[in-house]
Amino acid sequence: MTFLSFLISGLSLGSVYAIIALGYTMVYGIAKMLNFAHGDVIMVGAYVCFFATTRWDLPPTVGVLLAMVVCTVLGVLIERLAYKPLRSASSLAVIITAIGVSYFLQNAAQLLWTSNPKVFTSVVGNSLIKLFDGRLTISVIAIITITACIVIMAALTWFTGKTKMGKAMRACSEDKGAAQLMGIDVNFTISVTFAIGSALAAIAGVLLCSAYPTLMPTTGAMPGIKAFTAAVFGGIGSIPGAMIGGLLLGIIEIFGKGYISTQLSDAIVFAVLIITLLVKPAGLLGKQTTEKV
Amino acid sequence: MLKVNDINVFYGAIHAIKGVSFQVNKGEIVTLIGANGAGKSTVLKTISGLLRTKTGGINFLEENITSTAPHKIVERGLAHVPEGRRIFLQMTVQENLEMGAYTCPSGGVEAELEKVYAQFPRLMERRRQVAGTLSGGEQQMLAIGRSLMSHPKLLMLDEPSMGLAPILVEQIFSIIQEMNKAGTTILLVEQNAQMALSIADRAYVLETGAISISGTGKELSESDEIRKAYLGG
Ligand SMILES: Nc1ncnc2c1ncn2[C@@H]1O[C@H](COP(=O)(O)OP(=O)(O)O)[C@@H](O)[C@H]1O
Ligand SMILES: [Mg+2]
Repeated sequence: MTFLSFLISGLSLGSVYAIIALGYTMVYGIAKMLNFAHGDVIMVGAYVCFFATTRWDLPPTVGVLLAMVVCTVLGVLIERLAYKPLRSASSLAVIITAIGVSYFLQNAAQLLWTSNPKVFTSVVGNSLIKLFDGRLTISVIAIITITACIVIMAALTWFTGKTKMGKAMRACSEDKGAAQLMGIDVNFTISVTFAIGSALAAIAGVLLCSAYPTLMPTTGAMPGIKAFTAAVFGGIGSIPGAMIGGLLLGIIEIFGKGYISTQLSDAIVFAVLIITLLVKPAGLLGKQTTEKV
Repeated sequence: MLKVNDINVFYGAIHAIKGVSFQVNKGEIVTLIGANGAGKSTVLKTISGLLRTKTGGINFLEENITSTAPHKIVERGLAHVPEGRRIFLQMTVQENLEMGAYTCPSGGVEAELEKVYAQFPRLMERRRQVAGTLSGGEQQMLAIGRSLMSHPKLLMLDEPSMGLAPILVEQIFSIIQEMNKAGTTILLVEQNAQMALSIADRAYVLETGAISISGTGKELSESDEIRKAYLGG
């Protein structure tokens, strides 16, 4: 039973990583940049939902929607103001800017909301489901998180596979010059990608804080790095890769905590990543591709 | 239809195009020939908006497109099949064609697909296949088919014969002539000067970023200078 209970916690945490990793991977796919501020967008989303539900007494669904709207706008603004001017700059300059934006968001959150932790109220309450005569308890938020992850994955697969905008995104990811020659507005397509990734970050923030209720300006940093790891683990740029990478990472982390050592769990996660990358440098589902300008 | 007026294009400090002017009239096949590195691709990229001129201007259908965004230029009816084909290798053949019709209202895409499939039955057979698995010739067909999806008024082709077996080159050139007869104006860039001159109404020779000679296709293929430099004697 502990095994099953660990597995469900792992899948649930992994689902949060997967949802964040999808944002990382989509943005990387199209803009070929690592948006290190992505984790902090999660934190902003969680704060927005916190204020909406706890301070303004709005219903949880409204809180989540508001968080998604705010994060979408924030993500698009970050891209326009910070990254777009660097479209043809060196990747080092872009990474430094992304780290700068990340700290900017954390510091702005500190100024606005102080660094005192807030206690996030779960958007679905804290109810538990007891199975097998109470030997296995599952939290409702875990089930909702896993379901949300599956729904998001299915929706994104449909979007990128079947819609005109989704196909344009794939075209831009592969060859921006050729995409422009097709009449695709590459800047607009990149904005849409940031918008989707940031809306997903808001959902991830709410789910994360519903399960782990301490909310601080640095709340998004560690999950952001883990999700980045998950995206690389699965093969950066690959949507199913982000999903698998996220889930595996969550499971490894919880099993590591449960069976090996709580203190070492993060080290175990990164050890697995390093070994995977030694064996498969492009990640589990990644493709080795060459870039054309 | 297309007027290129004294354009100067730079790659950083490299002055790649030095005051090039030429024009393409409605219904013509015009070819731009020249050695490797002369600047042919740079000229096409500048026309389609991927590169910008420092000075000079470009007019298409009586409108100034010198600083128009590339995707807006496509909407106006100017298609560019780039050097090296640049098809989307990870997308299916049909998805590639759909991307070609990106600027068209989605209602008309089916009809356009049918037309292109009728012209290139090979693509029809392989429509669900990922484009990266096509042979070189099929990829070039796909690149041309894709550019036709937007119904261009002017089609610019950058070395469509590159890397293809002679029989496929013949086929590509006859397709170009057919498209021209069907009403598409063509600007053809080629290193294969002989083939290009044989189908061209007019031709320009580009030499290290400037136009050195121009004339009708016939004049140029008979000129001694051209024969020595580009036609192997
Ligand atoms: N991206 C680039 N950066 C710097 N120089 C370039 C670039 N692309 C082309 N060039 C230079 O510009 C000149 C013209 O190139 P190009 O237009 O590709 O020639 P062509 O198509 O006639 O072979 C060449 O000298 C080439 O080295
Ligand atoms: Mg060239």
